[in-house]
Amino acid sequence: MILAGIIIWLAGAGLLAWFFSSRGDGWPRWITLIALILQIAFLAGLWIGYAGRSDFTTPGRWLAELDLPWIPALGIRLHMAMDGISLLFVLLTDFLGVVAVAASWQGIRNRLGFFHFNLMWILAAIAGVFLALDLFLFYFFWELMLVPLYFIIGIWGHENRIYATLKFFIFTQASSLLMLAAILGLYFIHGRSTGVYTFDYSGLLGTPMTSVTELLLMLGFFIAFAVKLPVIAVHTWLPDAHTEAPTAGSVILAGLVLKVGAYGMIRFLVPLFPRATASFSLIAMGLGVAGIIYAAILAFSQTDLKRMIAYTSISHMGFVLLGIFAWNQLALEGAIVIILAHGISTGALFVLVGDIQDRTHTRNLDKMGGLWSTMPRMGGAGMLFALASLGLPGLGNFVGEFLVLLGAYQVNVPLTVLASLGFIVSTIYALWLVQKTFLGENSRGWKLPDYNLRESGIMAAMIAAIVALGIYPQPVLTTAKAAVEALRAYAPRYHAVIKDDAGSRESAAPGQAGGGAQALAAQAGSRDRLPEENRSTASGGS
Amino acid sequence: MSGADFVGILPLAILAAAAVLVLLVLSVYRSHLLTCILTLLSLAAAAASLPVAASVGPRGVTILLISDGYALFYTGIILAATFSVTVLSYIFLRSRPGRREELYLLLLLAALGAAVLVFSSHFASLFLGLELLSSSLFVLIAYPRGILNVEAGIKYLILASVSTAFLLFGMSLVYAQLGTMEFARIAAAGRGAGGAILIAGLGLLAVGLAFKLALVPFHMWAPDIYQGAPAPVTAFVASVSKVGAFGVLLRFFRLAGVQGHGHLFLMFTLIAIASMFGGNLLALLQGNVRRLLAYSSISHLGYLLVAFLASGALSVTAVTFYLLAYTATIVAAFGVAVLVEGNGAAGAIADYRGLFWRRPWTAVVMAGALFSLAGIPLTAGFIGKFYLIGAGAGSSLWLLVLALVISSGIGVYYYLRLIVIMYLRPEQTAPETAPAPWSGSLILGALFLAILWLGVYPAPWIDMIQRNALLK
Repeated sequence: MILAGIIIWLAGAGLLAWFFSSRGDGWPRWITLIALILQIAFLAGLWIGYAGRSDFTTPGRWLAELDLPWIPALGIRLHMAMDGISLLFVLLTDFLGVVAVAASWQGIRNRLGFFHFNLMWILAAIAGVFLALDLFLFYFFWELMLVPLYFIIGIWGHENRIYATLKFFIFTQASSLLMLAAILGLYFIHGRSTGVYTFDYSGLLGTPMTSVTELLLMLGFFIAFAVKLPVIAVHTWLPDAHTEAPTAGSVILAGLVLKVGAYGMIRFLVPLFPRATASFSLIAMGLGVAGIIYAAILAFSQTDLKRMIAYTSISHMGFVLLGIFAWNQLALEGAIVIILAHGISTGALFVLVGDIQDRTHTRNLDKMGGLWSTMPRMGGAGMLFALASLGLPGLGNFVGEFLVLLGAYQVNVPLTVLASLGFIVSTIYALWLVQKTFLGENSRGWKLPDYNLRESGIMAAMIAAIVALGIYPQPVLTTAKAAVEALRAYAPRYHAVIKDDAGSRESAAPGQAGGGAQALAAQAGSRDRLPEENRSTASGGS
Repeated sequence: MSGADFVGILPLAILAAAAVLVLLVLSVYRSHLLTCILTLLSLAAAAASLPVAASVGPRGVTILLISDGYALFYTGIILAATFSVTVLSYIFLRSRPGRREELYLLLLLAALGAAVLVFSSHFASLFLGLELLSSSLFVLIAYPRGILNVEAGIKYLILASVSTAFLLFGMSLVYAQLGTMEFARIAAAGRGAGGAILIAGLGLLAVGLAFKLALVPFHMWAPDIYQGAPAPVTAFVASVSKVGAFGVLLRFFRLAGVQGHGHLFLMFTLIAIASMFGGNLLALLQGNVRRLLAYSSISHLGYLLVAFLASGALSVTAVTFYLLAYTATIVAAFGVAVLVEGNGAAGAIADYRGLFWRRPWTAVVMAGALFSLAGIPLTAGFIGKFYLIGAGAGSSLWLLVLALVISSGIGVYYYLRLIVIMYLRPEQTAPETAPAPWSGSLILGALFLAILWLGVYPAPWIDMIQRNALLK
């Protein structure tokens, strides 16, 4: 029940915030803030509790699980479960929720009740996506997430919001309906071949199908996730949506909505379609690398600050795509760290841009410069997060990107080399960003108020998080480790195929042979064992 | 006819008797409230008789009617929708002068017609039900006798007559070919027979029903009627008459085996795709809420055809569940129209602008209904659409599923746009609206809860449909 409680808590707080908004502006803000902070405290307590358990690092065990019948006629169950990855991502959701609420404390002045309602419902739906194990439930939350986000951009957005919401909506709606078709395809194929009609994740794993079918269904899922991530070529909605969204909307878009795409790939795409994703991996990794470089170059050429950061997001998500499709322990853990670090660092950058825009009423880079002299505290924070974005060692993003490159190197050397070029381009745009806004001559004579206590508090929390992740990522890696191992055991043949694809390069990566063999051994041992374990925890789960 | 036969059609008998009763009462004592209450009571009595009728089992009552779980379930939907419409009509007519009581009589007759449709197992009863429905509707649409209403009524009259002509022609062709008008015999004789005349007959029959359902390309009347008719009547046209017509369409063509006739299947496929895209694309262009909902209903009937064309038990369940969800949703939407629309142009967007600020609860109901039409999670429409796509995918109708998926993606946009409009700050000149009467709040609240219930925990309803309402 913990898991349903997490979602109901968020959704309920949203309803309360709306309901009490007539009592005064403070009510919705404090209700959501307190609800989120309490939930973070609760989840942190849960985390510490789990970390003490002996089976914390056993792959294939859920930390918490909920499995109830929902629509038995269709084989739909209310099946949610939490492993290390889910736990981390739900924590990120709540953390960025706090940031979003705090960042809109002064920026959002009208229709507060409805705003906070939407905010909390996005968070609830995203937490649901991170916890759902039934494909119908997953799709349910996936769709639920869109509507409040549409309202946040459409009602509180900037001047060109109608265009942005339209584009956003068409992209996400069309792609998620494709996923729905793929989910149903999988459902019926599984049902016909086994006689069991189910949407359950563990039931659908290992569904026998022809390679063409598998490829088609995989593409249905991939496109939906790729639009959210976004992968290059389907990324064009993102800069517009980001630019027009209010600060809270941008934080949630960059920090969370992009991440559900990555999460979907990690949790569902590869495990459900191991062979198809294996044969597709070279293309996907290529797309990832192309995204890293292309988006970074585009970021450099933007004059709108929000657009620029939006493009850096696309670039960073290229690393995530690379890491996921490399599908080994290092790369996957790296992808998870990037997801967390990028959520924090880009979230912080969007908060910064929001603050700058509130003060200067522009997002145009050419009109800025020398802001450090008038706002030193903001300048310092901006500098730090720009450095995080370029992958400075000691900050969270570096750990993630380094791990991804390390993992990807074992799979495909040329692509990894190309991807590491991204570091150079990102250095250019990040330093350019700092140079154009904070450094240089204050030629326009800006005289602006520096960060107050609230804004400093937000930044302090985010700086603490990104530094902690950069200096001591081990707790995060330990938490994700078992979950990653379990997922890799679901798609074990993957390595064998990758090796065939990249056989000629085997000599270039001597460490890989051992890794591959290990994975194959893990396959033999754990493939039969894992589902049993899941079932045994199902009965004892919360 | 045995006693059990009469029990089997008890709901129809009660509706017919209620119509007579209301007529008699009207000639003695004219009271708006009394007539309304009488109507509500008879609808409730008819609903209460459904389990009684179900107890005598599925049975043919003469060759004209068949009383089975399917017919009774659809009658249940019809009665519930008529009940809501009756309450809405009371609210609508309260502030309008003139003779108001006959509207309830006509509502009862139209509901009877729709119920006869879903009970019918013979061309004669099909025709009788359809005519009873159409001729009552024609008067209902023109009821307040404004210039727009009369225009809409006449439009409906003409087009209904044309569609009836198609229907009759189709029936006569089928009869000429097979020598019977009973559904079951047509099905038995028609299997394997593939003559051009039979196909033409079935096709014309389908066209006649497609007129009633406002499927593209037989949809021209819908926007004008939806806009011109009084709001409660529009709710009735959008819900009850569709349920009745689709109920008989599904029953007849399932028996006749639409999958067995390649040409028919192709025709329905084309109609479905045209309706889905036509409805949704044209709805994008509408600046009037009523017209928007009219085009949206065209597309929804197109969605229904996807499950209609699918085979197997899943198909009937999907159609029935979707009709249930759609009825609750569309009646709620037009219920809001009854409460919200001022005396200006029907469906004017100004009436809805800033609704969240003027009447938050009414706006929440409207938003719920629009979400449901758009197929957003937590509402009935989501589960319903999922079911339809599931039925289509289960029969590998990938082209139709793809069309449904893409067109409903387009559709979501205009529903959400309307919600955003409801959330804009009202203009200074926004029409002042009186607070909603308690009866209206009650019915809207009930419909809203129904939409949520169907969307969050549909299992009992699906169970009920699967246990009772499947066609053999």
